[in-house]
Amino acid sequence: MRRDVFQAIADPTRRAILTLLALHAMTPNALAEHFNSSRQAVSKHVQVLHECGLVKQEQSGREIHYQLNIQKMKEVDSWLAPFRKLWEDRFNQLDDVLANLKKKK
Amino acid sequence: MTITRDFNAPLADVWQAWTESDLLDQWWAPRPWKTETKSMDFKNGGQWLYAMAGPNGEKHWNRVEFGTIDAKKSFTATSLFIDDDGNIIESFSPMYWYNRFSETSTGSRVVVEVSFDNEAGLQQIIEMGFKDGFTMALGNLDELLAK
Repeated sequence: MRRDVFQAIADPTRRAILTLLALHAMTPNALAEHFNSSRQAVSKHVQVLHECGLVKQEQSGREIHYQLNIQKMKEVDSWLAPFRKLWEDRFNQLDDVLANLKKKK
Repeated sequence: MTITRDFNAPLADVWQAWTESDLLDQWWAPRPWKTETKSMDFKNGGQWLYAMAGPNGEKHWNRVEFGTIDAKKSFTATSLFIDDDGNIIESFSPMYWYNRFSETSTGSRVVVEVSFDNEAGLQQIIEMGFKDGFTMALGNLDELLAK
């Protein structure tokens, strides 16, 4: 199955992992401590994130650290950008309409 | 997809701006597009028929069918793309709206929940946004070149 960033962030546990990794790189153990699920389950989620490039592995000595791949996260953002822009424009216009309503009273 | 936005205006005004077509026409379409209402019947089972009119004379017709309305609190609606004769364009996924309104200490809050039958529907709408944005940019370029 082809993995992409949108499948990766569809799962709440994976989003939580990304939030944790946004703070700093973590070892698999440190990461697993934040969850009630088994180490194996957490590791599987990390695997998915790794496969789609959202998470990078870094070997330092005997330890593996996972870190967030910001560049890949930006894909999510740029995909959403036009939609966000539409709503921002729209609501800014609504601000004007509401200000006019107020003036007329 | 959920969008939350606060407005520095009383709830009654915000509700009005979302439910009366002469006000909707002033803000619903992102500039330079314009909303042109053909008919509006804001009630359970009623509909809003409007066109998104582009700067080069193009028109995309929409029909919004209203579901449950709880005055100044919430309403649901289904938005459909239709052709010039009012037939639903099947290749476009319908958009389902659930809009909630509430008072805050400084004004009002609107929570918009948009959903689609499937992910492809969402993708399509976003791509259309891209396309319109692009057409828009080309239109601006035309104007610039005409000067």
